[in-house]
Amino acid sequence: MKLITAIIKPFKLDEVREALSEIGIQGMTVTEVKGFGRQKGHTELYRGAEYTVDFLPKLRLEMAVSDHMVEQAIENLCTAAHTGKIGDGKIFVTPVEQAIRIRTGEYGESAL
Amino acid sequence: MDKADLAWVSVSTLLVLLMVVPGLALFYGGLVRAKNVLSVLMQVVSTFSLALVIWFIYGYSLAFTEGNAVVGGLSRLMFSGMFDLSTKTFELSGTIPELSFAAFQATFAGITCALIVGGFAERAKYSAVMIFTAIWLTFSYIPIAHMVWAPGGWLFERGALDFAGGTVVHINAGVAGLVGAYFVGKRVGYGRESMQPHNLPMAMIGASLLWVGWFGFNAGSALSANETAALAFFNTMVATAGAILAWLMVEWKYKGKPSLLGAISGAVAGLVGITPAAGLVGPGGALIIGIVTGAACVWGVNGLKRMLRADDSLDVFGIHGLGGIVGALLTGIFNAQALGGPGLATLGDIPHQLWVQFEGVLITIVWSGVVALVAYFVADKICGFRVSTEVEREGLDINSHGETAYHY
Repeated sequence: MKLITAIIKPFKLDEVREALSEIGIQGMTVTEVKGFGRQKGHTELYRGAEYTVDFLPKLRLEMAVSDHMVEQAIENLCTAAHTGKIGDGKIFVTPVEQAIRIRTGEYGESAL
Repeated sequence: MDKADLAWVSVSTLLVLLMVVPGLALFYGGLVRAKNVLSVLMQVVSTFSLALVIWFIYGYSLAFTEGNAVVGGLSRLMFSGMFDLSTKTFELSGTIPELSFAAFQATFAGITCALIVGGFAERAKYSAVMIFTAIWLTFSYIPIAHMVWAPGGWLFERGALDFAGGTVVHINAGVAGLVGAYFVGKRVGYGRESMQPHNLPMAMIGASLLWVGWFGFNAGSALSANETAALAFFNTMVATAGAILAWLMVEWKYKGKPSLLGAISGAVAGLVGITPAAGLVGPGGALIIGIVTGAACVWGVNGLKRMLRADDSLDVFGIHGLGGIVGALLTGIFNAQALGGPGLATLGDIPHQLWVQFEGVLITIVWSGVVALVAYFVADKICGFRVSTEVEREGLDINSHGETAYHY
């Protein structure tokens, strides 16, 4: 089992959600976050004062998936979340030691 | 006494109150960052209240009674002599009770003080702001109000035209705000961090209430439900609309997109510009004044602001100061009958009037500036004017007032 963590642009959520449910990903957790990457720090001018724009709103998606679905999930995620402009985001994959469904007490892959 | 006049001036007084709370309060509130919104609301409502009380005690008397060219006398301390409740006789000021005139004027003193807080928003100590207000109201607002509006006042006798307070209120406050911005210094992070408005819809609600209330400010200054009031009323509509469009056009051209912030700033600029002119120019003149002021103040909050190098947080000088100056000067021109106004008989009278207007502008700038500087200095000596860096970073709401506006 793997945990896929994806940082995406907020307006891409619906597209990404659809693309993932197409391949059978049943659930995810979404948090509102702020962040910047390598290309941070362009300046804007507001009422005579310049300021640096670095922290931009993003969404963090987390989903636990079975190993065999990871590659397809990443592919669909990338396609759906992509715009080609700065700030599209990143995906991280980490191993999951254990997963439990609270309602039924199921362990492991059947909890996903 | 004229009942219609009394009704109109009373309503106008309410409208000016509306301009301050909630108008100006929400306009300013929406423009600052979330951690400081309550501090701005507090400073507006508190300085206004302080001004009203001072006005009652000695402000009205020193501003509007007979005295010398600079200041009045003490005959109306605590409004004494204005009315005798046992016999129910009320002295008149024109066609309305003097009490009502004094009440109307009280709101003008109040809003002038409340406007200034925009210059040092997000970094001033509440106690210092109150001390400053008491001193500045006493030594700047009162004398200038007397000089411009009271018979015997120096600028009044010179024939300076200021229908509803372009000089007395807006230039006066604008300069005091700018001096405050210089005195207290730039906000921490200015020029690096984003200091964008935290709630533009709130700012818009505030600006809209300002527009509505301003009809009382301008048309009420006719002090009568008459033709002059009707003229000032329409001028307040058309100048503002012209200013909004002008600001948006300039913004669209030079910055690429017309913004809501630009629209509401344009509205305020136009309102400021028409204030000295409201009952003294024709509608055509009013429209031109609105357009010119609206366009000029775009420069006021961009180019001029950069040139001045002060962190005038809420553009008190860029809009109220500059708008007041432009409006005061244009009043001298469009008052002419040849240009649709009710005043100057010939075009040849304009240069002299323009000069008198300029005198008023200059005197106000210098007087207000000097008094403001002294007042900031005194307040600073008493309790320190600026908050500490930590307090500023964390926010004034939680530190100065123990409150948070929003609980996420």
